[in-house]
Amino acid sequence: MEERVLIHGYEAVGRGALNAGCLHFFGYPITPQNEITEFFARELPERGGRFVQSESESAVGAMLFGASAAGVRTMTSTASPGWGLMQEMLSHISFCELPVVIVNCQRGGPGQGTTRHAQTDYLSATRGGGQGGYKSIVLAPASVQECHDLTQLAFYLADKYNILTIVLCDGILIQIAEPVELRTIDFGPLPEKDWALKGAGKKGGRTDIIHSTRGLLGTYPQILEAMHKKYQQITDSEVRYETHQADDAELVLVGYGYVARCCEGAVSMARAEGLKVGFIRPITLWPFPYEIIKEKASQGCRFLVVEDSMGQMIEDVKLGAEGKAEIHFLGLLARHQGGELGMLFPERIFEEVKKLL
Amino acid sequence: MSEKKKELIYKSTELRLPWPGAGCPGCGHGLVGKAIMETLEEMGIGDRVIAVGGIGCHSMAIMMTKMDRTIGAHGTAPATATAIKQALFDDVIVFTVQGDGDCAAIGAGYLVNAAARGERITVFMLNNANYGTTGGQMAPTTLMGQVTPTTPTGRDAKRFGYPLHVPEMLATIKGVAYSARSAVNSPANFQRTKRYVKAALQKQIDDVGFTFVEILDPCPINWHMEPVDALKWMEEKQIAEYPLGEFKNVDRID
Repeated sequence: MEERVLIHGYEAVGRGALNAGCLHFFGYPITPQNEITEFFARELPERGGRFVQSESESAVGAMLFGASAAGVRTMTSTASPGWGLMQEMLSHISFCELPVVIVNCQRGGPGQGTTRHAQTDYLSATRGGGQGGYKSIVLAPASVQECHDLTQLAFYLADKYNILTIVLCDGILIQIAEPVELRTIDFGPLPEKDWALKGAGKKGGRTDIIHSTRGLLGTYPQILEAMHKKYQQITDSEVRYETHQADDAELVLVGYGYVARCCEGAVSMARAEGLKVGFIRPITLWPFPYEIIKEKASQGCRFLVVEDSMGQMIEDVKLGAEGKAEIHFLGLLARHQGGELGMLFPERIFEEVKKLL
Repeated sequence: MSEKKKELIYKSTELRLPWPGAGCPGCGHGLVGKAIMETLEEMGIGDRVIAVGGIGCHSMAIMMTKMDRTIGAHGTAPATATAIKQALFDDVIVFTVQGDGDCAAIGAGYLVNAAARGERITVFMLNNANYGTTGGQMAPTTLMGQVTPTTPTGRDAKRFGYPLHVPEMLATIKGVAYSARSAVNSPANFQRTKRYVKAALQKQIDDVGFTFVEILDPCPINWHMEPVDALKWMEEKQIAEYPLGEFKNVDRID
């Protein structure tokens, strides 16, 4: 029987991970996601799991590398400056093709930026933030329910493709409370982790090596070729998005995360006044839903990209539209108030819509 | 001609892959690898270990073994080893092999914090007084006056500070069960190295605390010395700066 409870986004992330069977969390305190780290510190010991508070986010990355190499489901949660610090190890994790889940509760950047919400890590998440060129699956929840569900999906996708999977959240989503159905989602069977390090005695004497120095052994181009074949396979089969009133729309809003909720509100306001406005919400930011953007662009739609940043996802919308559509932008400067507390509200987005139609 | 029966009196350890050695002439890393692997064999724990290599020549010693093993980023091995141990609990014995730059410079934060948490892992730090892989630049362990490509007129205190004494420092940390320094410059010190390696691994198995052994070894190529002269330099200079012995050895931490 599914349990329906009123919980915050941070607890939904935690419950989602527990429902996915994740018992190994490595974390470092950083605002605005401390409640997630504290959730695991509280919940894991009584379940036979392990919580380690590391000395830095750099160390968190190295710990995720180790736990994943040992074959267990493992994750961390962080916010933007911590996300930045992890990039070195995330590149090694990616080159070693280890399944790892990271929840990044974005706050304003660059630098220390702010301690509040923002969407300024889109590019570093979707382009492979560390050295060398790699891809990570990036999932973008837009509700507390999705914080729960997409965290579970992240573990499945990470294990299915042996890839780093990021849940790109924000400071608003994890701090709001909404009703959530807690459930363990069955995504289907997964291959055995027969590559994991467990000590030769546990594997009939067989030994394995997982090493980021494998490029030195003479097959570097072949390794990259195999990695990029995998990326293509993911691009072909894992794109996820949602459309809302987009069929007859002349203007299509594109937004993710908390901003997507505000876009939805703006669409309702526009429709109430008979304006043909629709909405596309990417759920996977990588792989990005280029095809639906391309389709709407070729139908003559115009776009309004809404992001709580100075404009990052707009690059992907432009790539999808292939120069065939007018693309407008509403960003962080349109927040309802100055300072770090402002948000992009539906009323402001609607105002922009009216200017364009 | 009568055939003499040949008796096998010396061979490579079973845990080593039959690959040719990768070290430069007179390099000590092979001896350190041998000391570790022979000890693992003698303790009968080769199939229970997971080894974590650092970044540098020393990680070849990890790559060339018949053990479960991993190599990640420069300096991070204690954090990676921490997580492997936390993930697999008491089923495995986890150790790292790291260079002095890897362990005491870029990895010092990981090392000290793993020690402070009392992680049940063992760190083997190879001290050859320079960054061997990249061409012999100054390491935290480079001796005063030692000429390297980044201390072309010799290490002087004003610009480059002082040699770091890692096992002595770790001995002050409560979570540490064992901290020692040995060398592989002589047969006697090779045996001492094996004793320390064994003691450290046994304390991990006994669940006492964090364990650490620094091992001095020669790097004749980067020291610009003949291998025999390098051993003499170790004896006269390196061991004089870095005394051998156990700095902490406790059976329980209260």
